[in-house]
Amino acid sequence: MIELLLNLNPGLIIILAGMICAVLPASQIRKLLVIAAPIAGIVSISTLYTDQEVIGGIIEVGRQSFTTLRIDSLSLIWGYIFCVVGVLNGIFGLHEKCQITDSSALIYMGSAIGGVFAGDLLTLFLFWEIAAVSSVPLIWKGGERAYAAGVRYLAIHIFSGVALLAGAIIYGRANGGDFTFGHIGLNAPGGWLILLAMGIKCGFPLLHNWMQDAYPKASITGTVILSAFTTKLAIYALARGFAGEDILIYIGAAMTVFPVFFAVIENDMRRVLSYSLNNQLGYMVCGIGVGTSLAMNGVAGQVAVHIIFKSLLFMSMGAVLYRVGTIKGSELGGLFRSMPLTTVFCLVGAASIAAFPLFAAFVTKAMIISAVIKEHHYVISFILLFASAGVMEHSGIKIPYFTFFSHDSGRRVEEAPWNMLVAMGLASALCLFFAFPFGGYQFLYSLMPYAADYDPYTADHVIFQLQLLFAAIVAFALLKRLRIYPAERRAEIIDFDWTYRKLGLSVVKWLGAMWMRLNAVSANMRDRFAGSLGRKLQQVFSPAGTFSAGSPVNLPYVLTAAMLFICLIGVYIGAS
Amino acid sequence: MDILSLLPPWLLTHGVALLVVLPLLAGAAMAVIPRERIAWTITFMVMLICMLCALTLALQVIDQGRLSYKMGGWEPPYGIEYVVDALSAPVLLLISAMAVICLFYASPSVKAEVEPKKRAAFYGAFLICAAGLLGMVVTGDAFNVFVFLEVSSISTYVLVAMGHSRDRRALRAAYDYLILGSIGATFFVIGIGFLYMETGTLNMADMSNILDGLDGGSRVAQVGFAFIVIGLGLKLAMFPLHMWLPGAYAHAPSFVTIFLASTATKAALYLLLRFAFTIFDLSFDYVVTILSQFVLVLAVVGMVFASIQAIFQTDVRRVLAFSSIAQVGYILLGLSFLTLSGLTASYVHLINHAFIKGGLFLAVGAMWYRFGITRVADFRGLSKTMPWTMSAFTISGLSLIGVPLTAGFVSKLQLATAAWERGYGWAVGVILFSSILALVYIGRILRVAYFETPPQINGVEVLKNEAPLIMLIPMWILAILSIVIGINAGWVVDAAGRAAELLIPTQMIGRGL
Repeated sequence: MIELLLNLNPGLIIILAGMICAVLPASQIRKLLVIAAPIAGIVSISTLYTDQEVIGGIIEVGRQSFTTLRIDSLSLIWGYIFCVVGVLNGIFGLHEKCQITDSSALIYMGSAIGGVFAGDLLTLFLFWEIAAVSSVPLIWKGGERAYAAGVRYLAIHIFSGVALLAGAIIYGRANGGDFTFGHIGLNAPGGWLILLAMGIKCGFPLLHNWMQDAYPKASITGTVILSAFTTKLAIYALARGFAGEDILIYIGAAMTVFPVFFAVIENDMRRVLSYSLNNQLGYMVCGIGVGTSLAMNGVAGQVAVHIIFKSLLFMSMGAVLYRVGTIKGSELGGLFRSMPLTTVFCLVGAASIAAFPLFAAFVTKAMIISAVIKEHHYVISFILLFASAGVMEHSGIKIPYFTFFSHDSGRRVEEAPWNMLVAMGLASALCLFFAFPFGGYQFLYSLMPYAADYDPYTADHVIFQLQLLFAAIVAFALLKRLRIYPAERRAEIIDFDWTYRKLGLSVVKWLGAMWMRLNAVSANMRDRFAGSLGRKLQQVFSPAGTFSAGSPVNLPYVLTAAMLFICLIGVYIGAS
Repeated sequence: MDILSLLPPWLLTHGVALLVVLPLLAGAAMAVIPRERIAWTITFMVMLICMLCALTLALQVIDQGRLSYKMGGWEPPYGIEYVVDALSAPVLLLISAMAVICLFYASPSVKAEVEPKKRAAFYGAFLICAAGLLGMVVTGDAFNVFVFLEVSSISTYVLVAMGHSRDRRALRAAYDYLILGSIGATFFVIGIGFLYMETGTLNMADMSNILDGLDGGSRVAQVGFAFIVIGLGLKLAMFPLHMWLPGAYAHAPSFVTIFLASTATKAALYLLLRFAFTIFDLSFDYVVTILSQFVLVLAVVGMVFASIQAIFQTDVRRVLAFSSIAQVGYILLGLSFLTLSGLTASYVHLINHAFIKGGLFLAVGAMWYRFGITRVADFRGLSKTMPWTMSAFTISGLSLIGVPLTAGFVSKLQLATAAWERGYGWAVGVILFSSILALVYIGRILRVAYFETPPQINGVEVLKNEAPLIMLIPMWILAILSIVIGINAGWVVDAAGRAAELLIPTQMIGRGL
């Protein structure tokens, strides 16, 4: 028991804190927990990890054993960064006094961390599903508009979990009951199912729609929290299970490109960020597909910095939404006058995502692209470079430009609340620190799964990157000047989710209409049956129903007599 | 036991009698006390002393085993004997402790719900009710059980009817309860009469010995057993005999509902255990048949039907009342396994359910006190307007569902394990299904409270209006207790295990399987 407690998965500590929050009405103590729990997580990870793989927390249930704790060089960086961003999110959400947000944020974060440290596929599945279920309230808190999106999100993620479980069972059976979560590969039985599960969660093309559907509709703090964990847990799982699968290179490349176009024409800034998130995930998937130690280092580093700067961007957009009440590009503009600090932080985030030298992604994205070139995937590397320019376009320029500069919307609002500024400030500082040439990026590299001897600050790399970025800026300016750049319009872009949100819906509607029209009789019968069943249940069980009636019906007395009779017969039979 | 040596000797020797006599006398005296404040103080002091007595007795039982007290110095089996053993001591402690906890809460709650002139009398009736419940648990004399059963029942009818100033339907509920309760008591006394006719004694231990000598062949004893089971079944709300319960729980004053829900049915359940397993025992085939088949079927049907009925209720107090009937089903299910583990589970749930349901009704009473609401639909936004109360409700509610780390999980796990050991795999399924139904009826309330916004009055959202501290303390005591048991259930399970060993002595193990 003691041994089990000492080797407790750090995620469980945070989940426990979340459960306490769920029933704790005192908001001050809740807020303390929200920030303290991830810090406790960091402490716990650092005490548990000892330079080599740590396995523990083995629980036997029946004949099945669950390895609830495994920390090694790959999962370590994920665990740390999840905790760090948890603290930032906690600070960002300090102003919001909502029991549900606090508790589901903690449980969700805890299950993501738990999933990262899961040693076998079944434990992973458990945390996978807890993460899905516990994150839905964050979406629902976004108001009425978010309800349907939340349901769609839940359905897709539960499906992902089911696919994972099915795959895991096939895989475990084939391995003679060994569910250890190591390299799986596509040739293993059940491998494709597991890949499908992970692909849904990290937004493979055509499986990605839940992200752009749900994230922009969640509450202000909800989106910030959501953006950090789900997809990165899936990236971790991919890195663990499918490193070096060639197909991932092509999937990843496609993932980096297609969101660029949608992001450029999208009006809702948080949706732009969701597309950009999808695009960033593409780099990671691509890196996993390459699978060399350089690529894996790049992936791990990219995940770490990406979580920070993506949260930073979502936070800045959240702050704008909080103050202005809208996040539509067409209704914003000129906010740098009233929200100067937020503007600065947003620019830091934008520069980081665009991989400007001295900003976070510069030191990691290049690792992935170099790894791709080293393995002679030249076409892919060009696609990635094009996508980099695209990132610059939509996240680096579009987001800050339309929100804070552009034409003045005339809105004069207050600066963001202090807690949001603190959270954004810390995130900005981390973005700068991780790319700092003297000690900063070296620290990041030291956390990577493999020994990294890579120097991002070579003259040609810096110059190349600057050329690329300035070319993108010139292109933006030119397009804007020539009025070709798509103007911000009020519209919701529906891409592949058209199949189920429009096509599927109309098919269902058509079927429904046909059913009603052609089969009025059967519909009637069905209605009559369902209605009468409902009525019967009501008649029996409702407060006015038979079972609730008092003395006038005399039912209690009849029943008492009947029971006595049955009991007497029972005694008689029993005795003879 | 060092603590025992510190206590005054008169408490050790006469504690058993004090437990019953003190509230009985104080209850009578309450008739002439004009002031509510004084009445409350006396009631509280009396129940506090009772709780201390019960605690002393429990410690003594752990130390010395069975205690016997001869009323008035008359030797049993001729005189009335009071007996405290591992089976009754925890129930005594439960009843007196719940009374003390509820009394904290009583002063604001009774002020709000009972007419001023009747408040002193109300406390009187409460004391008599408590005396009756304690008496029927502590006595070792079968006829004395009937007397105390009636003492507690009649005062309960009065207590329920006192709710009429807040809800006129209380009168009708009290009337229904009176009629059905009297039928139950009559059946019970008829059963006792048959036993007396057959054995010529009223002392339980003596009765048991003589019955054993009859070699199971006595028709009179068999009929007596059937009457006793049905009589007690009415009192403990065994499934189709539960009709009086929802009305009584829903319309009585909050304080009465809390006390009844956590003690009255438990005392009746105790009597069923006492009669079925110690006076009669498993060596009689008809006892085995009735318990392992008749009671089993009613328990299972009750668990499912009452839970479904709870889902359809619009009034939260009725939801909880139907849930109580379902929980009685759980307790009876464990009993019907006729195994040590089954009885242990049954006894654990008897204790846990008292805490859980007490906590839930305490929270609902506080909500009525602040906002005058009991309907499910009126719970909108209570997580914002009464956060502490709602949190206590949530903890107890989760415990009722059986979420891990709560008391409810402990008892359901025990019960499911016992069912599995007994070879009743299907019963595990029923327990799970019934828990899902519980999730629905509690989840329905929680959804309204947490996900909907507080109602608006004249366009202004209702402000936060937390229950007074004196109401919050008892409900949080019970909520925390629920979690404490969920984390460390050892002491409850141990106590239940000792009770179960008393019910099925070694030579009876395995009989009737």
